[in-house]
Amino acid sequence: MRSVIVHKEELAPGYKLFVIRSPQVAKKIQPGQFVMVRVHEKGERIPMTVADFEREAGTITMVVHEVGKTSRMLAGLEVGDEILDLLGPLGKPSEIRHYGSVVGICRQGTAGALYSILRALKQAGNRVTVIMGAKSREYIIFEERMRGFCDEVVVATDDGSAGMKGYAVAALREYLKKNRVDYILAIGPTKMMKTVGRIAKEHGIRATASLGAIMLDGTGMCGACRVTVAGSTKFACVDGPEFDATEVDFDELQRRQEFFREEERLSFELYEEGT
Amino acid sequence: MREKRVPMRELSPEERVKSFAEVALGYSAEEAMLEAKRCLQCRDKPCVTGCPVGIDIPAFVQAIREGEFERAIAVIRESNYLPGITGRVCPQERQCEAKCRLGRRYEPLAIGALERFAADWERARGVRKPAKAESTGRRVAVVGSGPAGLTVAAYLAERGHGVTIFEALHEPGGVLAYGIPEFRLPREVLNAEVEYVRSLGVEIETNVLIGATYDIDELFELGYSAVFLGTGAGLPRFLSIPGENLNGIYSGNEFLFRINLMKAYLFPEYDTPVKVGDRAVVIGAGNVAMDAARCAARLGAEVQVLYRRSEVEMPARREEVRHAREEGISFRFLTQPAAFLGESRVHAVRCLRCELGEADESGRRSPVPVAGSEFEVEADTVVIAIGQSPNPIIAMKHPEIETTPKGTIVVDEHGRTSREGVFAGGDITTGQATVIAAMGAGKRAAKAMHAYLRGLSP
Repeated sequence: MRSVIVHKEELAPGYKLFVIRSPQVAKKIQPGQFVMVRVHEKGERIPMTVADFEREAGTITMVVHEVGKTSRMLAGLEVGDEILDLLGPLGKPSEIRHYGSVVGICRQGTAGALYSILRALKQAGNRVTVIMGAKSREYIIFEERMRGFCDEVVVATDDGSAGMKGYAVAALREYLKKNRVDYILAIGPTKMMKTVGRIAKEHGIRATASLGAIMLDGTGMCGACRVTVAGSTKFACVDGPEFDATEVDFDELQRRQEFFREEERLSFELYEEGT
Repeated sequence: MREKRVPMRELSPEERVKSFAEVALGYSAEEAMLEAKRCLQCRDKPCVTGCPVGIDIPAFVQAIREGEFERAIAVIRESNYLPGITGRVCPQERQCEAKCRLGRRYEPLAIGALERFAADWERARGVRKPAKAESTGRRVAVVGSGPAGLTVAAYLAERGHGVTIFEALHEPGGVLAYGIPEFRLPREVLNAEVEYVRSLGVEIETNVLIGATYDIDELFELGYSAVFLGTGAGLPRFLSIPGENLNGIYSGNEFLFRINLMKAYLFPEYDTPVKVGDRAVVIGAGNVAMDAARCAARLGAEVQVLYRRSEVEMPARREEVRHAREEGISFRFLTQPAAFLGESRVHAVRCLRCELGEADESGRRSPVPVAGSEFEVEADTVVIAIGQSPNPIIAMKHPEIETTPKGTIVVDEHGRTSREGVFAGGDITTGQATVIAAMGAGKRAAKAMHAYLRGLSP
């Protein structure tokens, strides 16, 4: 199946938005699911969360954060280019139901992954607040889109250039002082999600984290993405990617995410030297 | 009568461990003809009863003996669409060669080597375009491009049905592509066999996961009249012992997938890395374990295989065990892992010594750990190759397709599932088995599908 880029825009330095025509994936995907992508013949397979989809137009939207060779190459593609391999939709959909008052929390590009889930939660009758963290103002992405349906948008920047100064998790703590929350959904850096899990546990709030584990096939075959949840091993690709944030062993996840860090760096450096 | 078979030339162990080049080099025409002369041409063909796809072995061996190689490959292709593969990966010593009468007194005929010779001879000359029946106007969806799926696709395409194979990964071949290393099955051999199937008119759509991208209802809506499920046993089993998620611990699938499909042994030319370190431990003693051990050796590690039973119970092909030993891999039998030790990355495996007790359901004597026998084996890489379970994705999506408690899809002797028009075969119905068993199951199902398609009202 062909997957062709029909729209591209820069959201922030190092963050690009792509709209990709892939009708069958667009037809089947549910909020919270992901796709596996490979961009060249000697390339690796990486999981990519899907920010949005339009079933009638047959498109899916992805936010690409340029952190390594594959994402840099993906970000370098232009409108009309084909994505070599795109498989999906994968993983379990996010559990969309009426929780009551919902908070979504993200950092920079992961706002994309949160977007369609929060919109579906809004449609399911929840009161929806999003807490968006970033280094600085220019890295707050998807803010306008979020404002389109969220009841409340809270912005936090590390340098205070927009919203409150500090991390998103600090904004979450502040928010919880004044508001009753029934459900928290965190998508972002592992450390952030770990803190969200701890906060949720302290407050006795149900919370979910969408995990960014290393994956190869994305369909349950390799076990690279195994994570410990409530003491038992799960595969993020088929049992997740969302899990109870109060039960995930985030330290293990972080350690496993970093196992190939050196190789990823080498691969990226060689690519950057060559281009 | 020569008592011993004509030996197949092989790369020396020293050369092997430096590359992923094929180890066994195959027979020359002269060697093949000489070996073929050893065949007794038994009238009752006991060897054929040992072949899951029923190749007329005496006939193709006779053709080789007479130097009629084209006839030899034609005889094989009547029953087997993937001879270059089966000639390399079949456990012949437990199938055709186990039934060979020569084996009563001498070494059995080297049937696998002769099959491989015929397939390689044909490939070197360019595989001829097969004849095809007139189109029936029927279309069939085949799910999975492993040995079962390729066999079903080829059989039905030959009979005039339109066939599309849906493959979840980015390359066709299933376990032949992600599981079996190049030093046992070079990619050019696999590619040639896949090309042969394509030349019959079979379309292969990669990056389609049935159960996710399409479900089975959608396949029927798209105009496919029948569906074959050959999704294999792709789910890795783990030991469920402490420390199993430490870094450096891979499933056999992950390790081989990185190396074979993603070519991690060529990192950084290829993007997917694999880390092996200095000391690798492989747990298990099947073909996947041997493949993983031999890959690890090629990537520079000192490799030990841990197996909880004894040498005679090892399920791997005999040749793989011999090759592994020649390549410097050592074996510790009657050894069962109890825990993995390490902070971030694994540094040792805590093991228990075992004794053999009563025979279990597989008929093999089962290992019993000896209390107080703990010892540690150093390792910075561990590959857990203790088997795979059936792929659950389709069963999860389609509860109307009956499965067993073990997760295999229930089929009758014709490969029919509980849903009309849906057939299945291979590891998804039997649990993890061999390439040739999957092809045999594929062939049985394909025959039933052909009859089913002809019986449908136009």
